[in-house]
Amino acid sequence: MSVREVPAPTLAPARPAPGRPARPPVRLTQVSHHFGDTTRPPVLDRIDLVVEPGEFVCLLGASGCGKSTLLSLIAGLDSPTSGTVEVGARRPALMFQEPALYPWLSAGRNIELALRLRGVPRAARRAEAERLLSLVHLDGAHARRVHELSGGMRQRVALARALAQEGEVLLMDEPFAALDAITRDVMHSELTRIWQETGRSVVFVTHNVREAVRLGQRVVLLSSRPGRIVREWTVPIPQPRRIEDQAVAELSVEITDHLRAEIASHAR
Amino acid sequence: MPADPSTTTSAPPAPGAPSTVARDLEAGLDALETAVEATRTPWWAATWRAFWPTAAALLVLLGLWQVLAASGIKPSYALPRPLDVWHTLVEATQDGSALRAATLSLQRGGLGFLASVVVGVALGTAMATLPLLRRALGPLVTGLQSLPSIAWVPAAIIWFQLSNAAIFTVVLLGAVPSIVNGLLAGVDQVPPLYLRVGRVLGASGWSRIRHVLLPAALPGFLGGLKQGWAFAWRSLMAAELITNTPRLGAGLGQLLNLGRDTSDMSLVIAAILLIFAVGILIELAVFTPLERRILHARGLTGLSGG
Repeated sequence: MSVREVPAPTLAPARPAPGRPARPPVRLTQVSHHFGDTTRPPVLDRIDLVVEPGEFVCLLGASGCGKSTLLSLIAGLDSPTSGTVEVGARRPALMFQEPALYPWLSAGRNIELALRLRGVPRAARRAEAERLLSLVHLDGAHARRVHELSGGMRQRVALARALAQEGEVLLMDEPFAALDAITRDVMHSELTRIWQETGRSVVFVTHNVREAVRLGQRVVLLSSRPGRIVREWTVPIPQPRRIEDQAVAELSVEITDHLRAEIASHAR
Repeated sequence: MPADPSTTTSAPPAPGAPSTVARDLEAGLDALETAVEATRTPWWAATWRAFWPTAAALLVLLGLWQVLAASGIKPSYALPRPLDVWHTLVEATQDGSALRAATLSLQRGGLGFLASVVVGVALGTAMATLPLLRRALGPLVTGLQSLPSIAWVPAAIIWFQLSNAAIFTVVLLGAVPSIVNGLLAGVDQVPPLYLRVGRVLGASGWSRIRHVLLPAALPGFLGGLKQGWAFAWRSLMAAELITNTPRLGAGLGQLLNLGRDTSDMSLVIAAILLIFAVGILIELAVFTPLERRILHARGLTGLSGG
């Protein structure tokens, strides 16, 4: 298991997607962010992060490390107090802990709305929505009402909607935290498969170490208050992994120790 | 699926097992976790269950009325018996005057209400998206809402004489504030996450209003719409009662006024009952199904059973 101190040179992605620009889909340079005035301590402190095309990065941290804020900055929902956030030409897609599907639209229409706002012509939307539903294994669910779907199904529709945005990067803010363990396990396999099929870059935020190791090619540990990158790991375990795998467990133990030490440092 | 021998007793598929296993697992979860729709009660049973207490209350009121009228507390021209009013109603129905009046009023009320919705939604949307406008107009709109719309009738008559324009002015001034405030209340109840998702999806300006803000506000806005109709109907009756000229044709308000002019208490009560009935009819025929549909489609009601 390779462990490196930051700042680290960026990794070559496992699957460089052909035909994509060499420019990284996400590049954060010395990004700091304050809530309110700058006299208060920053939420995020001088973050440098580069996500390569097709790379799966997990951001790991305890409460208050500014993980969600970081995603908001990448998504363009907020502007950093200082530093630069560069993303690709297309707006990054962002998934939340809640599916946040629009209940006045059917499952398929939720996806079609994303297509419409992206400028996909009307005639092409229906077929594209069906294709995306099929990608998340929800064939024939186009007309289903959102409230009729289970939590896992809703989150898959939300994933399909996020994919419909065709952003170069998919940002995920603890998207499976509210699901039960079995469903979460299935979602891990689904996300891995879809990531491999689409070659999309993923930035996945979680406080669950095993989840991070299960999914990511790279795990980035953030400190809390202020959020800084303290360490990062590459995960050499080949996919498909399982959360129960020995190798996953071993690396998780190592990372958890670092996370605990980080949290304990706030006791003083 | 040929499951290879595994170390655990339950023999789960090993990593890298055929993807159909994962797919079956997923499909199984989907099936288990999808809510089962309960069987619906038949509509007549539901209707009976909803309305028998009201029907009973109406019967009790009718009984009280009959007792009071029979006791002679008031002379019969001032307090006719229920049966007298019933005869007046039947008569007015048979000669068509009741239907004509109700239809005319309903046309005016419906048109006035629709115009109020258009104006109210436009104004409400502008106020919901422009904070300064909301701060400027919000208190005024709320103030207007508490102003009895009959107060506008003299002004409307001076501006537009005894005309339909005067009537519609009063209806609009009565209904628009409720609709605006209803829309603002609906917008305020929109979960912030929906708006964030809208931004992530790239909705801005008009597309944000059309695809996110207004549909998300609709459940909260329903109350405002209903109140808007109630205000439109009330304002219309106030206007009709006063703008009394044969040129305009007789609506229910004018029918009521005719009863007053001829000291025909049966006609007065009959007109009141008709005004009441039309109000309820619109509530039941338009707003209840609308509300039911909107809330049901969003899973916001237990009407599907369960």
